[in-house]
Amino acid sequence: MRIIVCIKQVPDTNEVKIDPKKGTLIREGIPTIMNPEDKHALLEAIEIKNKTKGKVIALSMGPPQAEEVLREALALGADEAILLCDRAFAGSDTWATANALGTAIEKIGNYDLLLFGRQAIDGDTAQVGPQTAEFLSIPQITYARKIEIKDNSVIVERQMEDGYEIIRGNLPCLITCTSDINEIEYPTLRGIKQAYRNKKVKVWSADDIKANKSKIGLLNSPTRVKRIFTPQPRGQGQLLRGPTKEVVKKIVNLLKEKELIRAF
Amino acid sequence: MNFDFTPEQLAIKKMIREFAESEIKPYAEEIDKEKKFPEKQLKKLAKLGIMGMTIPEEYGGSQIDCVSQTIIMEELSRVCNSTAVSFGAHTSLACNPITNYGTKEQKEKYLPLLASGKYLGAFSLTEPSAGSDAANIQTTAIRDGDEYIINGSKIFITNGAKADLVNVVAMTDKAKKHNGISIFIVETKTPGFEVGKIEDKLGLCGSCTAELVFKDMRVPKENLLGGIEGQGFKQTMWTLDSGRIGIGAQGVGIAQAAFDESLKYVKEREQFGRKLFKFQAIQFMLSDMAMKIDAARLLCLRAADMKEKGKRYVKEAAMAKLFGSEVAMEVTRKAIQIHGGYGFTKDYPVERFYRDAKITEIYEGTSEIQRLVIAAELLGRGF
Repeated sequence: MRIIVCIKQVPDTNEVKIDPKKGTLIREGIPTIMNPEDKHALLEAIEIKNKTKGKVIALSMGPPQAEEVLREALALGADEAILLCDRAFAGSDTWATANALGTAIEKIGNYDLLLFGRQAIDGDTAQVGPQTAEFLSIPQITYARKIEIKDNSVIVERQMEDGYEIIRGNLPCLITCTSDINEIEYPTLRGIKQAYRNKKVKVWSADDIKANKSKIGLLNSPTRVKRIFTPQPRGQGQLLRGPTKEVVKKIVNLLKEKELIRAF
Repeated sequence: MNFDFTPEQLAIKKMIREFAESEIKPYAEEIDKEKKFPEKQLKKLAKLGIMGMTIPEEYGGSQIDCVSQTIIMEELSRVCNSTAVSFGAHTSLACNPITNYGTKEQKEKYLPLLASGKYLGAFSLTEPSAGSDAANIQTTAIRDGDEYIINGSKIFITNGAKADLVNVVAMTDKAKKHNGISIFIVETKTPGFEVGKIEDKLGLCGSCTAELVFKDMRVPKENLLGGIEGQGFKQTMWTLDSGRIGIGAQGVGIAQAAFDESLKYVKEREQFGRKLFKFQAIQFMLSDMAMKIDAARLLCLRAADMKEKGKRYVKEAAMAKLFGSEVAMEVTRKAIQIHGGYGFTKDYPVERFYRDAKITEIYEGTSEIQRLVIAAELLGRGF
């Protein structure tokens, strides 16, 4: 089983603040991490590899410092790591990113399974996985919380709002994973040593993958951001104290005043 | 001069920080309050190869450089010092001397067990009448055919009642004083090995500090560390020199935890209509705390770097231990002061840090001994 996992380096959003004037994320000095759901996808790939034998290839697109998350992927047990890194990719939206990743995946070739995280914590779009499957014209199963490989197919439990569906799909296919799929694991000391001493992160440019340059980068991205803003905080709540009957009466009156309920 | 960590050291720091925050910190209060030995936490550290961080890969370990070891010690101490000291006694005092002085057979037999966490290790030097005075050891090991018969008792032994293997410092030839000391690798299942009193302590309440009693305990001659009698004093001093960097890093970790809590508190707490951090008296305390933590950390990292490069680091390790432990005391005291009455209660963790800090000024050589070591290095041995 040859599995390609796409991972993204994201700012640790627990620490991100928004510039109130510009309305953009303040990224300077913010620590970066492997996108959490991507890490779950990677750990799932490694588990499948350990059961079925094969290879896990971690793929990322980003600036040179994104090498760090690929090293982490190697430390966790990925066999190979590839970074798509080129000014030509900069500013790509989800569609352009899927074009770049899809092109690189075609170059890697000969895959059985593509695993993605459901969505990234910085953009929250959940689009790159599905768009990549469309680009490659392969089946996709999103929101996986359990994956089982059987013969030449996958059986996936797909998380829904009020339950889950079980779906069978043919290989090769693309699956996006939620964080329920497995428990977080940490790289071992040996894993880290190997990742930094014995393994390599390959860097591919747009030319290396023969990317269609009219479909990558900021200018070729169909998405236009009109405005980013911080939603106004809600007003202060009001706390009513007193005997239950009186308080309920007050609430009813207040709701009537605001015309949220009507008296019969 | 280069103050940057390598990418590998940074990755280790990130891993151990995340692990400590998620897998140890949530249990630290319970470990302290219920005096619960951090067995589960040590097992998890073993799974990541961290219990074998001083053991070469050929013996099943995951040996990393001394700077990385120091980073790990600081990060563990930052969340739970009971876990950190149990871990330190294993990696530094049990594994290190075997890695460094063990015969090939001793390494092959014991290091894989220690590296995998199957065996927990300890080191027993201190006796009722021999603490700082390491040469005044009363425990004896008398050769009898292919065995040694060991008699005596040890006190204050970290991991004492939990260990599977203890390095026992004993006198093989009393007449030779320092040169008559040897170390034995003893499996605690050996007949004649007994656990005595378990100490009830001010801090490190989750760690196990025990008395060990040896009654006609027969140990095969193959378990004499290094295979030659009389090497024990040198082996002990080497182990303690190396361990001192770890205790310094423990102090830094505790101090950093106390500082982090204080910084959080001054941004939340209001007095006289202002947040605490607006008061200059508080700002000055924070500045002094941060500066001293930084200085202590740099002393530890320098000593670790010198050790890694094979330089003599006796003075630097003593300085790192001495300063790191004294900074831990000072910073935790100030952290309680900043927290006011709340700091004195068990609702905030700073009182635990304060209690845990004190021992770092005592074990593996008191502050007074460290000053003697530094002076001896400055003035030459014969002063």
